[in-house]
Parts: sequence; C-alpha cells; structure tokens
Amino acid sequence: MNSATQQPPQAQAQPDARPAGQYQNQNGPQQYVAPEIDIFETKDAYVLQAELPGVNKDGLEITVEDNELTIHGRRTDQPPTGAATTLWRESSRADYRRVFEIDPAIDTAKIDAKIDQGVLTLRLPKSEQVKPRKVTVSD
Amino acid sequence: MSYLTRWQRPDLSVWPGFGRFFGLRNELDRLFEPLAEFARGSQLLRAWNPAIDLYEDKDNVTVKAELPGLKKEDIDVSLHDGVLSISGERKSEEKFENAETYRAERFVGRFQRPVTLPSPVSADKVQAQYKDGILTVTLPKTEEAKPKQIEVNVS
Repeated sequence: MNSATQQPPQAQAQPDARPAGQYQNQNGPQQYVAPEIDIFETKDAYVLQAELPGVNKDGLEITVEDNELTIHGRRTDQPPTGAATTLWRESSRADYRRVFEIDPAIDTAKIDAKIDQGVLTLRLPKSEQVKPRKVTVSD
Repeated sequence: MSYLTRWQRPDLSVWPGFGRFFGLRNELDRLFEPLAEFARGSQLLRAWNPAIDLYEDKDNVTVKAELPGLKKEDIDVSLHDGVLSISGERKSEEKFENAETYRAERFVGRFQRPVTLPSPVSADKVQAQYKDGILTVTLPKTEEAKPKQIEVNVS
C-alpha cells in the first residue's frame, strides 16, 4: 500500500473567520454565517453583491420590511453521499444570513435580484422622490 | 508562491456617506464590535482562502472548493504527482468600476491552493464541475488503490 503523503488531516481545518451567530426562527436557535458583500452606488441605484456559494434561486430568500433588508440563503449542495469519509472540511453547513438597514429613499417595489454561480446581485433603485402615499381607509 | 493581496482600510466598518439611514445590522448586532473585528483577522494581509473540503470513498476522492462568482475560464485545475492544484482569478466587475464603493469585502485577485490527495487517482478520468459557485472535482481512484476483497481458499 502506498505510504501516506501527508499527516492525517483533522476533520476540521481553520475555522471560518466570517462573522457568525445564531438567530431565532420557528424551530428555535439556528446557526448562520454572514456572507461577504460589496456595495456600490450608481447614479440611480445601489447594487449589493453577496457571496453565497452553494446557494441557488431555490434556497434564496430576500425580504424587505420597514427599511430592513434580510438576505437569507440556504445551501443546496450536499456532501458526497454514500460511505464517503470527510478528510478535511473548511466549509460551513450553516445558512447565510445578513440584515441591512436601508435608505428609505429606495424604491423597494423595484428591487431586482439575480443569483449566478453563488453570487447574489441585488439592485436597489433609488426612488425618483419620496412620493406621497394615498391611504385608503377600510370600513 | 505569492498571493496578491488587496489592502482594505482596517477602519472601513462603519457606513460612510449616508449616516443613520444606511447602516449595517445583524441579528445579534455584533458585526462591528471590536471583538468581531479581531475575529475577522487582519484585513491588511488577508489573502483569498476559499474553503476547501476533501472527501474519500471506496471509488473516488472528491474535492470541493467554494469559489463563487467566477467564470469557467478563470478557474484552473491541474493534477501533478498526487497533488491537485486549484487556482483562479476574480476580476472586478467592469460595470461597477465607475460606481462609488461603499463597502468592499469580497476579495479580488488570484488564489492558488494545492491539495494533497490521499490516494492515487486516474488522471484521465478526473471530472470537474462548477455549479452554484462550488467547484467539485471528482477523482476516481486507480484500480490498485481501491479496496479489494480477497478470497480465502480452504484446501
């Protein structure tokens, strides 16, 4: 048998340095990890890009409520099935989650989201002006 | 082997420009406490270290690397002497070059990572797939490396 060319590696290598924590949902406390993001501003929109490897359209949930933007991504990749041994794991199995407080002058109805190869691109258009709202009174 | 590092201002943690309207907050409000900053490591010398997983079963060795946002042609996978080498380059997106950057956490530049394989593999049967930002390299073991059942004959 060939001799091993390396020391037996630990099953877990250096821990993920991204901020992580717990949040609450209906199933109790859940682990999450914060995705890395870039934010740019163009003249008519903000663009936010988040790294969510292992997440595709099906695992992605983006909500805006009261000027709070929540990005939540569930990984859909699975470790190789069957009797595979994990020799080295650096990735996290936790969901991605990050919450932002956004400028009220963003037109939340026109937010556009696209995800490609694990990168979410969110386009948040600036409103023309903060328009006055007509409130209908229900009986 | 040298890494191209990108210098990021260590104090770039509060939101410039918008003041109280455009902020960052997470569930635990811990993102910008001094302790959390420390946990991220020094941003000055940060290199791109994508997470890599290594698995093995009786037929294959599988390597997975988290490489979001790359194009197929910017990823390079090569095998030499039992070491799988994964390298890639992320270029900054042209369409945002004229935009103002408020926050830049994602790494731009090259990375290279060798992975020593635990078992000999058939180089011509190696397959690599890039999906959802994860590169999965499946390396079938050579016949000699697979576990063999040896029949015991009783005479």
